[in-house]
Amino acid sequence: MSGDKADVWQGTLALMVLKTLEAMGPLHGYGIARRIEQTSGDLLSLNYGTLYPALLKLEQEGAISSEWGTSENNRKARFYSLTRAGRKQLQKETRDWEQATAILALFLSPAREA
Amino acid sequence: MRKLRALWRRLCGIFEARQVDREFVAELESHLQMHIEDNLLAGMSPEEARRQALIRLGGVEQTRQAYRERQTLPWIEPLWQDIRFGLRMLRKSPAFTAIAVMTLALGIGANTAIFSIVNGVLLNPLPFPHPEQLVVLHESKPNFEFGAISYPNFQDWQKNNHTFSSMAISDGYYFSLTGTGVAEQLDGQFMTSDFFETLGVKPMLGRTFTQAEEQPGAEPVVLISEGLWKRKFETSPDVLHRRISLEGRSYAIIGVIPASFHLAVRTLRSRDVYVPMGQWRNPSLTNRGAGMGMRGIARLRPGVSVEQANADMARVSQNLADAFPDVDKGIRAKLVPLKEQMVGDIRPFLLMLMAAVGFVLLIACVNVASLMLARATGRMREFAVRTALGASRRRMILQLFTESLLLATVAGGLGLMLSVWGTHVGLKLLPESLPRTEEIGLDLRVLLFTMTISLLAGTLFGLMPALKISQADPHTALKEGGRGVSGTRHRAQSVFVIAEMAIALVLLVGAGLMVRSLKRLWSVDPGFNPRNVLTFGYTLPPSMLNGNPDAIRAAYRNFDDELAATHGVEAVSQSWGGMPMGGDDDAMFWLDGQPKPANTDGMFGTLIYNVGPDYLKAMGIPLQRGRFFTAHDDEKSPLVGVIDDVFAKKYFPGQDPIGKRIVLEDHSRTMEIVGVVGHVKQWGLDADDAHPLRVQLYTVWMQTPDDFVRLAPSGIDAVVRYTGSLTNVSDAIRRSIEQMSREQILYDSHTMESTISDSLAERRFAMILLGAFAALALLLAGIGLYGVIAYLVGQRAQEIGIRMALGAQRMDVVRMVLWEGTRLALMGVTIGIAAGLSLTRLMTKMIFGVSATDPLTFSGVAIVLMLVAIAACYFPARKAARVDPMQALRSE
Repeated sequence: MSGDKADVWQGTLALMVLKTLEAMGPLHGYGIARRIEQTSGDLLSLNYGTLYPALLKLEQEGAISSEWGTSENNRKARFYSLTRAGRKQLQKETRDWEQATAILALFLSPAREA
Repeated sequence: MRKLRALWRRLCGIFEARQVDREFVAELESHLQMHIEDNLLAGMSPEEARRQALIRLGGVEQTRQAYRERQTLPWIEPLWQDIRFGLRMLRKSPAFTAIAVMTLALGIGANTAIFSIVNGVLLNPLPFPHPEQLVVLHESKPNFEFGAISYPNFQDWQKNNHTFSSMAISDGYYFSLTGTGVAEQLDGQFMTSDFFETLGVKPMLGRTFTQAEEQPGAEPVVLISEGLWKRKFETSPDVLHRRISLEGRSYAIIGVIPASFHLAVRTLRSRDVYVPMGQWRNPSLTNRGAGMGMRGIARLRPGVSVEQANADMARVSQNLADAFPDVDKGIRAKLVPLKEQMVGDIRPFLLMLMAAVGFVLLIACVNVASLMLARATGRMREFAVRTALGASRRRMILQLFTESLLLATVAGGLGLMLSVWGTHVGLKLLPESLPRTEEIGLDLRVLLFTMTISLLAGTLFGLMPALKISQADPHTALKEGGRGVSGTRHRAQSVFVIAEMAIALVLLVGAGLMVRSLKRLWSVDPGFNPRNVLTFGYTLPPSMLNGNPDAIRAAYRNFDDELAATHGVEAVSQSWGGMPMGGDDDAMFWLDGQPKPANTDGMFGTLIYNVGPDYLKAMGIPLQRGRFFTAHDDEKSPLVGVIDDVFAKKYFPGQDPIGKRIVLEDHSRTMEIVGVVGHVKQWGLDADDAHPLRVQLYTVWMQTPDDFVRLAPSGIDAVVRYTGSLTNVSDAIRRSIEQMSREQILYDSHTMESTISDSLAERRFAMILLGAFAALALLLAGIGLYGVIAYLVGQRAQEIGIRMALGAQRMDVVRMVLWEGTRLALMGVTIGIAAGLSLTRLMTKMIFGVSATDPLTFSGVAIVLMLVAIAACYFPARKAARVDPMQALRSE
């Protein structure tokens, strides 16, 4: 792996998956992985193996559902899609994340004149 | 909520693990294919494309593992694995599983059932408030330690004692109920007013008797049982305004006694109707010397001990003896705590049963322990291999533990079923004299106890080898081919088998002694011929009660004639008073020519039978000298009596008793002895010889004094010798009686054979139970021996192969294996005989006619045990003889 690529932060993978599914609609695991890499402008290095337990966790929590289908290359693949609960979870987590980054941004920005 | 849902899905995941894994492999495969295609498009070589795809994934196996961990709960999965593995192991050796499960189940089931019953009978409190204050009252007399109490004496006891808060006496009586549909005989009880107060039993409706209602001449009142209330009054609440007609008199119902009241101690019993003592029209009631079968119940004042009460009553009795020396000299109040009275007779039997069951539990535990040990040792190599492969000690112990627990759970379930069923059946067989059977149920504490014991035995011994091997160096264990600790194991198992054999022998000897006792008893001559003898009670119409004695006698003569003419009846006789092995009646007398003794202390006692001329023929009692009664011995002719040979020997030794005279205390009647008959075992086949009162006197029923004849219409017994079928004769008799009068009641009909059989019921019950336990013990011990020897043969297959290769004959091998087993059995038998010789002494109360150390029983049982042992060893021995030397040697 090239050293200048960032690893995925703890806890953010689920949010990325949900956002990807919202944007793209039903998608298989490989597709989700590639899409996340593309969206990050290839700045993120994703270990594909860690994606699947994350998907399973989301499915167990009821945020996504899956079914077998056929890929664009006519290959059998498992497609994941966002559920209603997942959509709600995405909204909430997006809000939380925005809030968190906003606060952090305040801390990290150059000190303003008092 | 989300977390909960995920947890639930993960729990469910345990059960679909394999299916999910298969799907995930497919998903990964499609992922890799897509990635490889992309990589190929990007211009990589096929090998490089695949390599890169795998690197980015981070390894197929690792991904699968991570996925699996997410899919289920990581700590639950090994447990589930253990359970599945355990089940598979148990399924793989069905014989082991079946034997272990059955052994445990039988041990748990039989023990819980018997312990529940015995515990309920011996240890539970009686269903009365402060039962420790209750004592049963008797009157001890020269002939009877536990004799009946006379009403006048009781009244003085009641008045003069300082240690009882209340006391009452009561006696059973059959009342004929008329006026409510078909006439019927009701079980009733005459009692003094404080009876229910003393026991602490409260009526569910109405009230109990007042002191005034106890007095003769009081307005007739009655308490009825809840059962009768339901049956006759459809539980109507206005029953307290209703009346019933007993013995032709109208009684006002004043209360209903709940069905939960149950008592069966001597003549103190729960019945259908309860009537105050004063209503009893029996002239003996006011006779201080006449007990009439009455027993009493009394409640100690709080804080008063039985010893204090005994001292108090001794004082009261002494005062009475001084005041009425002619009847009360030598008479004492006798107190027995209620609990002791109820359980006393049956205690040795129940304790023996507990001992038997305890032994069986011991064998079951030993068997399971031995089985588990054998099995775990057989798997030494498996554990060694697993240790070498890196399995942790904790993990292996946990797995063995799971297996034992699985076995125990199955056995426990089966055992629970057995114990529920066993308690149910056992209670049905329990003698009626133990009156608290309805509250005895399966005792959960007992169930828990037996289960824990058996499970501990199973798991502890199952774990022992695992603990050992896991400490040992796997290298050595592997080299030894799993025989590393077989020496210890073998020793332990041998000890187990020897113990089992010894215990089984003790139980078998116990059962054998019971069988021999019962056989001896059955061959005892009861003194009469019980075959084809029917007895029943019957009443005359209530209008005849207290009527003209001549009319009553005429009615009985008519009854006899009618019955004698009935088809199938060979001989018929009245019987009032004693009935062999049924009820007993006694009388006091002195020899004619001697001065009348000053009091009953100076008189002799005898059993008395008040019968008709055909009694000897009906009962089949042999006449030894003189004659028996004829129809000419009647109320107008001189009084005559017939005695048995015991009477003759005791009071007329070396003389001819015919023509001798005796004087009966009652009415001072003098009668001439006209005949001698054989002795009848009044007190039962076993107890008669040892009983203090054995002399027997027969008197003529028609010569009974008038005041007693007046009472007879309320019910006396008839004895009939019949031919043909019992059903036909019973029906014919019933028809004859109905034809005479519709107001006559026939009751309590049974054959003399059933009476004898009933008198042995408790013994038979003990024999069957002990026999069953002994058989069980024998079976378990046989299985245990078989298990050990079969295991040994399996372990020593190589050795046997070598021996055969070196020239040992098949017979030599069979002999060697048989000797291995019989050696153990012989040691067990030797120890068992030694233990049995001291233990069976505790059974002397239960056995009859054989010595507790009966050599025939001991040697017979030892032979049976050895035969079983040889049979148990035979199959493994045959298997050993079939060992192919080549095969055995090659497998090393």
